[in-house]
Amino acid sequence: MDAMLHISTLHYLVLGAALFLLGVIGVLTRRNVVIVLMSIELILNAVNLNLVALSRYWQGMPARMGGGAGALHGQVFAIFVITDAAAEAAVGLGILIAFFRNKETVNIDEVNLLKW
Amino acid sequence: MHDLINYITSYFGSNLTPGAAGNFFWATVYILLVFVGLSIAVIAMNWLERKILAHMQVRLGPMRVGPHGLLQPIADAIKLLLKEDIIPAEADQLVFWIAPFIVVLAAFTVFVVVPFGPTSAITDMNIGILFMLGVSSLSVLGIVTAGWASNSHYPLIGALRSSAQMVSYEVAMGLAVVSAILMTSLHGLGFYGVAASGDTGTLSMIEIVNAQMEQQTWFIFKFFPLGLIAFTIFAIAMVAETNRAPFDLPEAESELTAGFHTEYSGFRWSLFFLAEYSAMIAVSSIAVTLWLGGWLRPFPNALAGRTWDVIFSFFPGLTFLALGAITFYNVARMPRHPLFRIQTMGLAGFGAVLGLIGVVLLIPEISSHVQNVFWFSAKVAAFMYLYIWYRGTFPRYRFDQLMKVGWKVLLPTGLVLLILTAGVGMRDEIWDLLQRVTHS
Amino acid sequence: MNPIVAQNPPVATPFFFYLLAAAMIIGGILVITRKNAVHSALALITALLAQAGLYLMLYAPFVAAVQILLYAGGIMVLFLFVIMLISIERTMKERQFNSQWLIGIVAAAALGGLFITVFTKGKSLFPDGHFTYAESGNTQAVADLLYGPHTGMYMFSFEIASLLLLVAIIGAVVMAKKRI
Repeated sequence: MDAMLHISTLHYLVLGAALFLLGVIGVLTRRNVVIVLMSIELILNAVNLNLVALSRYWQGMPARMGGGAGALHGQVFAIFVITDAAAEAAVGLGILIAFFRNKETVNIDEVNLLKW
Repeated sequence: MHDLINYITSYFGSNLTPGAAGNFFWATVYILLVFVGLSIAVIAMNWLERKILAHMQVRLGPMRVGPHGLLQPIADAIKLLLKEDIIPAEADQLVFWIAPFIVVLAAFTVFVVVPFGPTSAITDMNIGILFMLGVSSLSVLGIVTAGWASNSHYPLIGALRSSAQMVSYEVAMGLAVVSAILMTSLHGLGFYGVAASGDTGTLSMIEIVNAQMEQQTWFIFKFFPLGLIAFTIFAIAMVAETNRAPFDLPEAESELTAGFHTEYSGFRWSLFFLAEYSAMIAVSSIAVTLWLGGWLRPFPNALAGRTWDVIFSFFPGLTFLALGAITFYNVARMPRHPLFRIQTMGLAGFGAVLGLIGVVLLIPEISSHVQNVFWFSAKVAAFMYLYIWYRGTFPRYRFDQLMKVGWKVLLPTGLVLLILTAGVGMRDEIWDLLQRVTHS
Repeated sequence: MNPIVAQNPPVATPFFFYLLAAAMIIGGILVITRKNAVHSALALITALLAQAGLYLMLYAPFVAAVQILLYAGGIMVLFLFVIMLISIERTMKERQFNSQWLIGIVAAAALGGLFITVFTKGKSLFPDGHFTYAESGNTQAVADLLYGPHTGMYMFSFEIASLLLLVAIIGAVVMAKKRI
């Protein structure tokens, strides 16, 4: 019970792992491209949560181990990941629109031109 | 019980906002105050907008409900609450139900960080201005989902227009805001400050106003004309952000009947109405905080000293007394017919209330607490008048013109402005660098 | 940069953590199970906002603000915009899950097992530190890491990120525009 009530870094990591799993399941099983892209966003967010939680963890570590109040590298990485996510969403949705214009569908199973 | 009173009184004398001091009681009180104040402001805006627009168009506006239509907003509110709440059969029930609440939540949550005075804010966040921009950008989600969930053509087109418009203008708005934030780190006095090495800027709303106090200039005048241009970009973008005339394409009556809220009625429609007006107040308070000195009275440095403090502390009371005097002038002009007796008495009562508020605000103890809020509200009120004025005078833009203004005029101007602001602020450092480069 | 000692320790941390975590997990499940893409997007927005709350609990207010501003206010609006551009009536009548669900479950189970073993053993890997720093100055500290004259070790990465965004803009225009 005490482990449940005392929120430590591990709790955040478990939550991040759960989100990552949900994202993976979404990417692997859904047929709608939009939802696949959203699942990728879920995965990226799971990574972000881990990065920020570990950044918090390192702030509590002694300075000789690279910790301390200025050890915000995880947060900086999270910002980079968000930048990546924005770029990915823009390009992905662009591809989606091009695909929809040609095939009149958003079913990812129909993306099979390269199989021929 | 004693502990409770101690907890409540422990906040007095602290120079922090209740949120920053961690006092839940006063934070709750402030939240309620802001909520009530906003509701009153929206009701007042409803009446004022109709009256001012009417007078601009040489009409009288609402005159029937109460003297000079003063009770019209209340009558409207009752009408809206009693109306049938229609959900179209083909609509997406859940999303249709949620959408107005998203808009209202986004519009009200923003006020958590609005600084009405040095300590009169609910809380002071390290990321204040980013929080305001972020949360106010959430309202577009509500509008888009409202338009989509209605499952009807006009609302969908309105929602598409609104999402494209708000996302486009957010970019220009952000650039203008960044150039104002940059000015907080470029210290020095007067219009042309220079950077002092090692100084950090700030995103906190209260610290931004304090920076303007320390630098002895409102940011609209700093690096003249750069601050003015940034303010102009923001002032244009904020009208587009709130979907108001001349950028009210998402709800253009002549093309889309009512845009994204065509299918909404009664209480849900009134939520959209409430959200629109509180969003207007929110973006105006961003503009006031960033460029117009927030709660600072005019000339806090040039006209400093005890005498000027006393003189300026009369302003809140005098304003309300003047409003009361105007009301009594109109009481004197009411028709003398017995049918109008109740209306005349009502108007006189309203004037008496205004005058009483004015007299109360003249008491030094009260005015010293209220004057920050007064100056802030007065500046915001000026923006509200501007909104109505735009609506009365400007014709509506076409959508391609709107996009052209956003992407081809405001965005490049904002980028150049940002570079120029940084360049002017760091000119000494740049000069040193050039010297070193040319000498070596 | 002066670390400022927390004036107010956070209150009811477990309550808010489990509330936000539940919002995130339920949001995530709804994202991958809803038939209607708009419902998925709304669920994802809920999850993202809850995550911003978790960032605030982790004393990362700047990342939280970026999350709200960029993710919820920018990327998700783009998603909704695209969902409305493409007609979804037809796709809603189609089969929603492809035949890879078995592979999906197996992969997820393998990954999940890996995570669980790491986390059950992870208690000794992550001992509790002393968290005493409040959020005041977080933005400035992040900015120091990004652009600071002496501590700015991510300046180059930042420039690369801007290049990435430029490429993404051009790519999106090339993909989405009918005739260039």
